Amino acid sequence: MKLILGIESSCDETGIALYHSECGLLAHALHSQVAMHNEYGGVVPELASRDHIRHVLPLIRAAVQEAGCRLQDVDAIAYTKGPGLSGALLVGASVACSLAYALAIPTIGIHHMEGHLLSPLLSDPAPQFPFVALLVSGGHTQLMRVDGVGQYTLLGETVDDAAGEAFDKSAKLLGLDYPGGVFLSKLAQHGQAGRFKLPRPMLHSGDLDFSFSGLKTAVLTLTRQHTPDEQKTLDEQTRADIAHATQEAIVGVLVSKSLAALKQTGLNQLVVAGGVGANQQLRAQLNQAADKYGFHVFYPDLEFCTDNGAMIAFAGALRLQQQEGKFDYRFNVKPRWDLQEINAAT
Amino acid sequence: MMRVLALETSTEYCSVALWQDGNVSSRCELVGQKHSEILIEMLDGLLREAGVKLAQLDGIAFGAGPGSFTGVRIACGVAQGLALGADLPVAGVCTLQALAQASGHDKVIAALDARMGETYHAAYEKRAGAWVTIGEPIFCLPQAAPDVAGHGWFGAGSGFAAYGTALNERYAGQLAGMDGQAAPQASAIAELAAAQFAAGRGVDAAQAMPVYLRDKVALKTSER
Repeated sequence: MKLILGIESSCDETGIALYHSECGLLAHALHSQVAMHNEYGGVVPELASRDHIRHVLPLIRAAVQEAGCRLQDVDAIAYTKGPGLSGALLVGASVACSLAYALAIPTIGIHHMEGHLLSPLLSDPAPQFPFVALLVSGGHTQLMRVDGVGQYTLLGETVDDAAGEAFDKSAKLLGLDYPGGVFLSKLAQHGQAGRFKLPRPMLHSGDLDFSFSGLKTAVLTLTRQHTPDEQKTLDEQTRADIAHATQEAIVGVLVSKSLAALKQTGLNQLVVAGGVGANQQLRAQLNQAADKYGFHVFYPDLEFCTDNGAMIAFAGALRLQQQEGKFDYRFNVKPRWDLQEINAAT
Repeated sequence: MMRVLALETSTEYCSVALWQDGNVSSRCELVGQKHSEILIEMLDGLLREAGVKLAQLDGIAFGAGPGSFTGVRIACGVAQGLALGADLPVAGVCTLQALAQASGHDKVIAALDARMGETYHAAYEKRAGAWVTIGEPIFCLPQAAPDVAGHGWFGAGSGFAAYGTALNERYAGQLAGMDGQAAPQASAIAELAAAQFAAGRGVDAAQAMPVYLRDKVALKTSER
């Protein structure tokens, strides 16, 4: 298995890539739906599916052209099998499996979070197994011990909201557009440190679990307290100050639990993956801690922090070094799928 | 020889058909929502049985809708992938016209249950062996279904099972019969697509798109 076509369509980005096991990433193409969903204040699953089916084929052709190869050169197709939005997953899966059938090549269904988890290995320098991975996105907040491809041990995870969800929900309370997390971080830059202090739930729980649902209640209370009766909205500075405190609380918990995970496992490499991994404040604080405590921290390139096809093609390539691809063209998807279920064999 | 492979997954049925110069072989199963698990295996079996390879086809056809949103996207996605891989043109065929084609009648009101009290609706009449669209595909309340002229219309499709009373009242005296159990099938899709391909009306794989009819699926923030 040398040339792998990767197809990602689990949420609001259509991602296509071609990865070669010896030459590396040859091409990747992405279409983001963020602007479309923005008007609706969040991802509308049916609209996401309708958009994916408009873009999968044009992006495959663009990637093939960029790579300078032919479709007939592809040796296997990797696609996101889950977790994610069922209708959206089905678009990528249906095209992946029918195209593979037509080309008489095997398919491999990839766990979306495994794609994120392994994506820092696409960068240079890359981490070496074993390492601790912090997976943070709009749907996930997990700490994993990673001993190799398909060797994942859950160390801790959120008991309620994901970190990205906490960012987005707090942003909504502050009247920011979708995707709120990104705008909240921008606003936070103008915020004054120390004016507000928000709770950091489970910081001292003694385990590696997270909880973020209480944060939005605290943000809601703060916004109400500081919205004068005669006005409907907060003044700009207060909004920025609350944004600053929100980011500080989320990032603070993520950093502190990551350090605890390194300590507990005795490992000295931390990999950060998922959309929230692009947060500059999180990166700054982790880098600082890495210098202070002498561990190494790795991030995927910024373009691979969002959902993308490259991580799916890459995870497919790594998996196919360990196991045979299947000439199995059933494309049932797994909207809910525990990462640890894919240990050893998919 | 001209050959067309057709897929239809817009309802709880999953069907595939192979059209070869007017001879149709097909497979159909009641699968609920499990189309993704058997569709490719099913078409593979049909092609193997006929000893036909994808490369020998003149085109891929699919039931484009209206119907289950996820269902029509499954057929569309598989049609796109097959056509891209085998370098073939695609024809999307209206599921309402497929109902007319399979009905055995010449004047057909086709109605599919669109849920939420509405139907997908169209009317067709066969003149000199060719279908003429009398009422364009729309979605509407059954009691507000568009007028048709004259008598002797046959009602086909799940709309007549779900809203039989309302549609009977709407077309009082104009309906000669109805079949509420009729569902769009790949065999009818294949027959209609063969004419499209023969007329050079196949499209590039990337242009193959579902037809949803119901386009307002969520409210924008500004509309709430």
